[in-house]
Amino acid sequence: MSRKNWALLLLFGVPVAVFAVWAIVDNASLFFKTLLNGLTLASLYFLVASGFTLVFGLMRNVNLAHGSLYLFGAYVGWYVGEHTGSWVLAVIAGFLAAAVMGLLMQVLVFRHMQGQDLRQTLVTIGLSIVLADLMLWAWGAEIYTFDPPSWIYGSTTLPLVNKFPTYRIVVLIASIVIGVGLWLLLARTRIGMMIRAGVDDRGMLAASGVNVQRVFALTFAIGAGLAGLAGVVGGTALSISPGEDTRYLLASLVVVIVGGMGSVVGAAIGALLIGLAEQFGLAYAPTYSVVFTFVIMVIALAFKPRGLMGKNT
Amino acid sequence: MSAAKWRRAMNSSSAAAAEAARGVRDTGRPTVVRSTAQTQPSRDIVTEGRLSTWWRSIVRAVKWRHIAVIVFVFAYPFFATPFFTFQIGAQSLALGLIALSLIFLGGYGGMVSLAQMTVAGFAAYMLAIFGTSSNVAISLGWPWWLALIVAISLATLVAAGIGWLSVRTEGIYTIMITLAVGVAFFYLAQQNYTVFNGFQGFSRIAAPTVFDLDLGQPMPFYFLVLACSLAGYFFVKHLIRAPFGIALQGIRDNPRRMQALGYNVTAHRVGAYAVAGFLAAVGGILMVWYNGRISPGTVGVGAMINILIIAVLGGMKHPIGAFIGAIVFVLLQNFAIDLVDRERFNLVIGGVFLAIVLFSPDGLLGLWQSLRSRLDSAFTHRGQGRIHR
Repeated sequence: MSRKNWALLLLFGVPVAVFAVWAIVDNASLFFKTLLNGLTLASLYFLVASGFTLVFGLMRNVNLAHGSLYLFGAYVGWYVGEHTGSWVLAVIAGFLAAAVMGLLMQVLVFRHMQGQDLRQTLVTIGLSIVLADLMLWAWGAEIYTFDPPSWIYGSTTLPLVNKFPTYRIVVLIASIVIGVGLWLLLARTRIGMMIRAGVDDRGMLAASGVNVQRVFALTFAIGAGLAGLAGVVGGTALSISPGEDTRYLLASLVVVIVGGMGSVVGAAIGALLIGLAEQFGLAYAPTYSVVFTFVIMVIALAFKPRGLMGKNT
Repeated sequence: MSAAKWRRAMNSSSAAAAEAARGVRDTGRPTVVRSTAQTQPSRDIVTEGRLSTWWRSIVRAVKWRHIAVIVFVFAYPFFATPFFTFQIGAQSLALGLIALSLIFLGGYGGMVSLAQMTVAGFAAYMLAIFGTSSNVAISLGWPWWLALIVAISLATLVAAGIGWLSVRTEGIYTIMITLAVGVAFFYLAQQNYTVFNGFQGFSRIAAPTVFDLDLGQPMPFYFLVLACSLAGYFFVKHLIRAPFGIALQGIRDNPRRMQALGYNVTAHRVGAYAVAGFLAAVGGILMVWYNGRISPGTVGVGAMINILIIAVLGGMKHPIGAFIGAIVFVLLQNFAIDLVDRERFNLVIGGVFLAIVLFSPDGLLGLWQSLRSRLDSAFTHRGQGRIHR
């Protein structure tokens, strides 16, 4: 580690450490509860942002309709869950619905405007407006909540935190599992190898005989599916209503700006920072909590314009 | 204009001069090449000669359609109902001014910022906080002109700050960073009650009365907005031919080459953000006087994207696109609800936007241009004449 990094670590680490010590002494239960809440939120953000960053890294496509995919997955999941009564089926339905939607978007629209970054982004903006309105039409402005199965319903008693909803712990564990799975997929499988090669050099991958369009479509489907899955999982932890798409779009934007665009590890780090900052902000300085998120983004941009894990290409 | 075209145009200034002498029909975008070709020889001649050349170049640029538009916008409030003057006319011009700032930034600087509405809304908030509003606990009650100056300066500063942040990375990242900044400001305004008064925002922010003339009345307000819009339009038209504007367009086309030529790329970009921020701030002030109130909804994601829609709808290639887009947008907003359900307005505007982006990336202006070139490509314009398209 260079001296500059040490200085940065001291500059930001010491105030955080001082705050943590003060908060634990002041009210340990609140602190650890906030910490767990922050971790849960971070895991949700990671689920949403990892798809976003995957798609961006491979296709240079800033998919501003990603929040809509989240909401779409959540609504479809809710519908399926309501009719079958199975929460697990709802999760699967959310994943599949968003994945199919993403696949359609890639095959029908983005494939025909490869390399036109700005135009693709504008199209995603248009799509997000249309999708948001269609979903408002179909599902109305009500707030929907899921009924998680009984084995993850209720609360668990943990040390330091008196009672904590079991479901949130499950979310945390699930997202770690998914994160590890994603990492395994990218690092250990042939498809992952193709995706990584595509991130680094699209032209070379095509030249070595890989059907790049198929890799693109697959990646888009996985990314979108993760957003839809996060929709059901997040909708169970909180709730689903119109406007959530913007919230999660902002979250994934900030997470990938901070973490570095195109990097799954970066998304994890960014999600951790933003989720914790948001929850601690809400608990300790309610009217300014969004400022913390923003300050983290500004600091990250000021010191590492490409994000913490971004490549300087 | 792409880099290749630009280079070709630069090399062919003699051809351009010849073309100017031939008096080939103006294509609606008097280019830099023509003006330099005309003013440069006159630099050594006496002032009178230069003045007359300059005057002639202006007169030559004026076409019948320009005169018609000017006459129309000035006569408009005298035959239109107050509703059309105020709700349609003034609103579209104010929105157009904000979209103009985006067109300057996006079309000439190559940086599509979604935060222009944020800057406008910030100016409006500052006007409410420093000036007078219904919320006496927060508003400081300064005289309107002082609050106006402070609001516009602060908003310009904020815009420069946003610019400084977003020019640290390039291209498509700009849109993400400015979107994040804008949404963050929206949530801040919504959450914060001590400064921004949270969800309610501020109301009863009236346009001032100057020399017994109440600017809040439809007709005076229309002319106020018209004056600002015309000033903004000609300011942008002038700026894109000034050295700063030329350098900015050079940076848009090839930043590395401009850097190699000794231009400070970052400074030019931040400067462009500040200029655009100033325009957006003026638009924001007019907008808050029009609405009489400001709340987080005014700077929400929908509003931010509406500005982008207006700019793209009109066409990013020419400043007039902002106003064309704004008029179409406001007309749709007011009359589309007669055709479809009121709730479905977003569907209409989103669909129109999608159609424009998919089928005519240069907006309505591009549609018009391609229509025209298709119509008269049969007989005129070959070779050099097409460079200026």
